[in-house]
Amino acid sequence: MIDTIANVLLQGILLGGLYALFALGLSFSMGVMRFVNIAHGDFIVLVSFLLLVLTTALGLNVFVALILVLPVTFAGGFLLQRFLLQRAAGSDVLLPLLITFGLSIIIQNGLLQTFGADSHVLAGAGTLQTASIALTSGIYIGVLPLLTLLTAVALVLGLDRLLNYTRLGSHIRAVADDVAAADLIGLSSGRVYALAMGIVGVTVAIAACFMGLNMNFDPTSGPDRLLIAFEAVVLGGLGSLWGTLAGGIVLGIAQTVGAHFDTAWQLIIGHVVFLVLFLLRPQGLFPKY
Amino acid sequence: MAFRSPSLAMLACRLALLGGIAVLLLAPWLFDSEGLAVLTQFLTLLVLALMWNLLAGYADIITVGQHAFVGIGAYAFYGFAALAGVNPYAAIPLAALVALVAAVPAMAIVFRLRAAYLAVGTWVVAQVFMLLAGKLPGFGFGSGVSLPIAVAQAFGTDPAGRYTTIYLLALGLAAVTLISTWLLLRSRIGIGLTAMRDNEEAAGALGVNIVRARILCFLWTAPFLGLAGAIITLQNLRISPPASFSIIDWTVFVIFNVVIGGIGTLEGPILGTALFFVLRAYFSDLGTWHLIILGVLSIVVILIEPRGLWGLLRRVLPGDLIPVSHRRAAAAGAVRAAPERFEPQPPA
Repeated sequence: MIDTIANVLLQGILLGGLYALFALGLSFSMGVMRFVNIAHGDFIVLVSFLLLVLTTALGLNVFVALILVLPVTFAGGFLLQRFLLQRAAGSDVLLPLLITFGLSIIIQNGLLQTFGADSHVLAGAGTLQTASIALTSGIYIGVLPLLTLLTAVALVLGLDRLLNYTRLGSHIRAVADDVAAADLIGLSSGRVYALAMGIVGVTVAIAACFMGLNMNFDPTSGPDRLLIAFEAVVLGGLGSLWGTLAGGIVLGIAQTVGAHFDTAWQLIIGHVVFLVLFLLRPQGLFPKY
Repeated sequence: MAFRSPSLAMLACRLALLGGIAVLLLAPWLFDSEGLAVLTQFLTLLVLALMWNLLAGYADIITVGQHAFVGIGAYAFYGFAALAGVNPYAAIPLAALVALVAAVPAMAIVFRLRAAYLAVGTWVVAQVFMLLAGKLPGFGFGSGVSLPIAVAQAFGTDPAGRYTTIYLLALGLAAVTLISTWLLLRSRIGIGLTAMRDNEEAAGALGVNIVRARILCFLWTAPFLGLAGAIITLQNLRISPPASFSIIDWTVFVIFNVVIGGIGTLEGPILGTALFFVLRAYFSDLGTWHLIILGVLSIVVILIEPRGLWGLLRRVLPGDLIPVSHRRAAAAGAVRAAPERFEPQPPA
């Protein structure tokens, strides 16, 4: 009995690591640029397909493919912000929302057109996906989920250091606090935003890699990822990266507990726990703003 | 523009609108069943567009979850007509009532969020409603269920007659939606809503009760969306969570239509929905490209003219086609330059 509870909680925490990876990029863009990227989940799925092509067509190891993709997604985020999203910055909320909504539909249907509706999973990491460690006689931890959670923690640490201990980080925080003031003291807010979105692109690629290794994806799975990511960010509290990690873990535990009783209820329990916690504590676990 | 004077352009637009209304009224005699089916789809999508526009264009509630109420209307209609054995005609208004009741708890969550957070929040709420609908016993669970033949035949024993009845129901719904929304916008509350559309802080400072106006709009749209859901179910003759709660059909298309047509006006949703059906007639063979084109078009339109195609036309026209404001600028001979109503808001 104790073993079962411990196992469910542990698996939930590990699943939460993956959800936190989905959410970190969104948390960063919501905290810094103050907009919700509706296409966030679709960006993750898009990069997963890119990694799929690299691993299957070129036979690369998935982590080698990830390293190759990182500069591409950084540039993608940078250019997207510079040439499209920046045009909507500072205006009302409708514009960025509708633009990213349009992007979401374009990505989903472009992927459907190119890859069809089949679902895929990333391979090319050897026995990583099947390996597991026995903690006690009844509790096993998959190596891949553990690696996913550790990556999420490392990413939070990295982003936290970047924001709080680097020059770029201080620029980003300045622009996030007050765009007009940052412009006045000579920061180019457009460039800072674009760099921030480039960083979001890097987190998207990492999330895409671990999503593809951990679960099936198809061209239309983006919105589900967005909702999970959004819930993790709101549960954790806006602007707090550690909060986002905690929010992801809460969702992971909620879903695993729900699935333990009936797998068909996994998603509903996750959403309902989010809604209830949100009504009880709208500001999230660790609010910063 | 080919028009030599603004009033001539206005006349052309009014004639187009009147012509459209005449065609819709005479449609049962003009079109076969297939044509009527397409017009029914047009009218239900128009209702959805008018409602999304009321929320997003005036009340600043940018919802991405309005398919929830379409689905709730569909499921409630099925529940009353097929399971509870209520007269199918009576089941339609009951579906609207259920949608209205469901809007109340949804509001508790939705109104704690603002702006873009509200958008994704409504999406989560809609997702929960959809997943719950798939768990209901008697409603076919995840794969859905067909409408019993007896319920369908209550609207006409032969298919042709049924198509006509469903079309007339849709026409009635669209007319009631359009006229009541127009009256709402012309009322005291509507003037407040228009002020909110143009500048929310200023409207609040001038004494517009913003929260009350928002709640009213949110509750206003739910029964209309539920009615549309019931009529959509009658036409498709089946319910299922993915189709009845389809975000693509009942929210994404609707948002694109309103944005392309012109958000925050009454004419925009009409223009956008009509254009959508024209485009669909030509591009439906393109499959997914159709959606990609719509996505690109809406991004381009919103970057060039945030007030959509109607905003572009409105630069030429001296007044609203469907006058919402009380001072009519379209009086004969009054060639007053149309004031640019949409000012970009100062950064918050």
